[in-house]
Amino acid sequence: MSASTTETAGGASPRRLLSAAVLSAASVLRLRGGFWVWASLLIAALVLVPVLALGWQAAQGSEGLWSHLARHVLPHALGQTAMLMAGVGCLTAVIGITVAWLVTAYDFPGRRMLEWALLLPLAVPTYIIAYVYLDMLHPLGPFQSLVRAVLGFDSPRDFRLPDIRSMTGAILLLGLVLYPYVYLPVRAMFMTQAANLVEVAHTLGTSRRRMLWRVALPLARPAIAIGTSLALMEVLNDIGASEFLGVRSLTISVYTTWVTRSDLAGASQIALAMLLLVVALISLERWARRKQRYSVSAQRARSMARHPLKGAARWAALSVCLLPVVLGFVLPALYLTTEAWKRFQFAGLSARLLTEAWNTFALSALATAAVLACGLIVAYAARLFPQRGMQAVQRAASLGYAMPGTILALGILIAAGGLDRWIGRTARDLLGIDPGLVLIGSGLALGYAYLARFLAISVGSVEAGLTRIPRSYDQSARTLGHGIGSTLRRVHLPLSRAALAAAGLLVFVDCMKELSATLLLRPLNFETLATHLYGEAARGTYEEAAIAALAIVLVGILPVILLARVGQRNG
Amino acid sequence: MKSAPFVLRAALASTAILAATGAAQAQELNLYTSREPGLVEPLLAAFTESTGITVNTVFLKDGLAERVASEGESSPADLLMAVDAGNLADLVDKGLTQPVESEVLAAAVPENLRDPGNQWFALSMRARVIYAAKDLDTDSITYESLADPEWKGRICIRSGQHPYNTALFSAFMAHHGAAETEEWLTGLKANLARQAGGGDRDGAKDILGGICDIAVANSYYVGLMQSGKGGDEQRAWGDAIKVILPTFEDGGTHVNISGAAVAKHAPNRDQAVQLLEYLVSDEAQKIYAEANYEYPVKPGAAVDPIIASFGELQVDPTPLTRIVENRKEASELVDRVGFDN
Repeated sequence: MSASTTETAGGASPRRLLSAAVLSAASVLRLRGGFWVWASLLIAALVLVPVLALGWQAAQGSEGLWSHLARHVLPHALGQTAMLMAGVGCLTAVIGITVAWLVTAYDFPGRRMLEWALLLPLAVPTYIIAYVYLDMLHPLGPFQSLVRAVLGFDSPRDFRLPDIRSMTGAILLLGLVLYPYVYLPVRAMFMTQAANLVEVAHTLGTSRRRMLWRVALPLARPAIAIGTSLALMEVLNDIGASEFLGVRSLTISVYTTWVTRSDLAGASQIALAMLLLVVALISLERWARRKQRYSVSAQRARSMARHPLKGAARWAALSVCLLPVVLGFVLPALYLTTEAWKRFQFAGLSARLLTEAWNTFALSALATAAVLACGLIVAYAARLFPQRGMQAVQRAASLGYAMPGTILALGILIAAGGLDRWIGRTARDLLGIDPGLVLIGSGLALGYAYLARFLAISVGSVEAGLTRIPRSYDQSARTLGHGIGSTLRRVHLPLSRAALAAAGLLVFVDCMKELSATLLLRPLNFETLATHLYGEAARGTYEEAAIAALAIVLVGILPVILLARVGQRNG
Repeated sequence: MKSAPFVLRAALASTAILAATGAAQAQELNLYTSREPGLVEPLLAAFTESTGITVNTVFLKDGLAERVASEGESSPADLLMAVDAGNLADLVDKGLTQPVESEVLAAAVPENLRDPGNQWFALSMRARVIYAAKDLDTDSITYESLADPEWKGRICIRSGQHPYNTALFSAFMAHHGAAETEEWLTGLKANLARQAGGGDRDGAKDILGGICDIAVANSYYVGLMQSGKGGDEQRAWGDAIKVILPTFEDGGTHVNISGAAVAKHAPNRDQAVQLLEYLVSDEAQKIYAEANYEYPVKPGAAVDPIIASFGELQVDPTPLTRIVENRKEASELVDRVGFDN
């Protein structure tokens, strides 16, 4: 801290304050690790740009929008959104925690297989599960046909069951595919963090059930909060399933305002208001557990000794864990397979499908690598500099996930388009060449959208992984002469491998399913499985779509299996 | 660990840039379309075969206008293709199109089916019709009568906010004014057999499934279902219904259009006009009719037999521009009566 003393010449006190601030900022940045701060700031800025672009859009004004909304839309939409989020939040938490506890605390037949099979519903996008169940449970579908045959009715005109298109239906279906967002972090927490304390509780003679309530659940609270909030962001993002199932959520209002009324300013206003609400909710949760500290389990993470179940309890545990897998993955996958097979016999396999599968895989893999690297930088910078400022940067970097993807994509479009125009003008003026659309034309804008949208997942998971590593490890490593980079490589990365793998899985699967940003921002002649599926579904040719849907599910299974292997090696 | 993705990304970016610059030199043109790829592909294939011009496409369901606007003068878009007159009018309002003076287009597209300033041209039409259960004992229905209590609990329809429906409601407003439209929407809402939602084809499926007796839907889906192109299951839905061409009491059947406009900064303007002119040729209009079961816009062009079986189409004379003007208010009326709730 030798230079920049020239700044301190000021006399008036505000100026002195300012220069003191500049000095302290400069000293932080000149610390070893300044790279982490700068990189982290840059990443957060990247995420904020589209949000600001939307703010600029929103400021264009939309006449009479809010009085119309307040009178005719919000009362209903707010109620529906609250009900949907409360329902899906409870359902994902209950399923996620229950199965995570069963597979970590007990031993029963099929447990090892279930540990990773419970992740499979992740591979099924919300819009696909909605479509599949709508068809299976339609009066003409296999289920009701069977019921009619059993009861002796000939025609659906004589007998039919209530419609799945309802709030209850939406909650159940979304819950079935979103619970892995809770299961994944909570299981990791149970396996590592809780193990030691549960062992202690066990020696003290506490029963397993009481351990769940008294020890494991309170310890897993951050993981439950992160998992549930990720699931709820997915709910806020959903348009397809809500449309299929007739739920008129706020997200649908945003979409309608934009598409049907061509009122982008108004849509941005509603989306930003939703963003504020989400940020408020998340802050509230963090504030509520502000006094607790969750780090420090000094021993090497190991799983707890599993209690072997006997008799009926074994089968009960197995059935409870199997149910979400069967309903959330096996049934839809079977249905898609038969539909795809019908289509295959009818029209064969379109040659484009292979290209699209490759596009999907390559794009998602590249984006995942970038999102993981950025997430690591942001989370690690916040660990290196635990001051408030860096915490805020970390929160800012996670904002993109709290907005419906369609709207965030519009923000990216405005930002990337503006930059592309600027690059184009500059290149024409200075070099006399026309570079075309550098960002949108190359797919970089799309990668940017994935980064802005899914960074929250990787920051959150990496952060959760890092908090489990005691700070004393950092100090020991540094005392032994390891720099920041070396400590990261030799201490933190190996210890948070499972968390990184989990983040990678979630991000990859999310990129692969992503539809709205991909539709809006992809270059010419570039299709992914999701856009193909959407094109067919929009035309109503669902059989053709079934093949693409099945392909999405299949590509999505790959990382699930990969993750399971990493997890098993670690466990 | 950090550098690998960036290297790969750069590689991906540079190949795409090369591809993009290559595209500008050859005989190519770039089409931004909000029509589904499966629908336009047969037309583009035929165009490429007859002219040798390759067509690069990007299918943008929503946000066509936003995308072209953001790309500004750097946009590679030559031709913008969209469904619904309102969407085409939006493109013009946002200054994203340019006029095309072409005798071929003027001769092929009737005046009421193109922009007064020749900014956009309709290429095909679809009617908003009634699917009815086969055994229903009536063969004529007015749009107005859909709100009559006799239909209570018997009608299926998709979301009231869908452009197909807001356009129909806008047309209703053009005939009867806002107050009467609100009343009518309230009556229609009360007659629904299930919550408004799903797609047009679900109307036929739900009629077969016993949920409703009639459904409001677009004409071309009937062709896709009854021809068997969508597979056996959809054929069964299609065979369960008959089609009634409804009319306004003082008018005809509501139609909407698909159309296209040349982009303001089109780098391949000539090729874009060439494609536009091709799309109203006898050959292309035949493909619209036979492959997509739409009504051709060109006077005298034949419709598909399945579509012809509905009877003579009396197009409602309300100008498309009126429908476009009413669209926002119609959408607000849908909210006011809680149509989708």
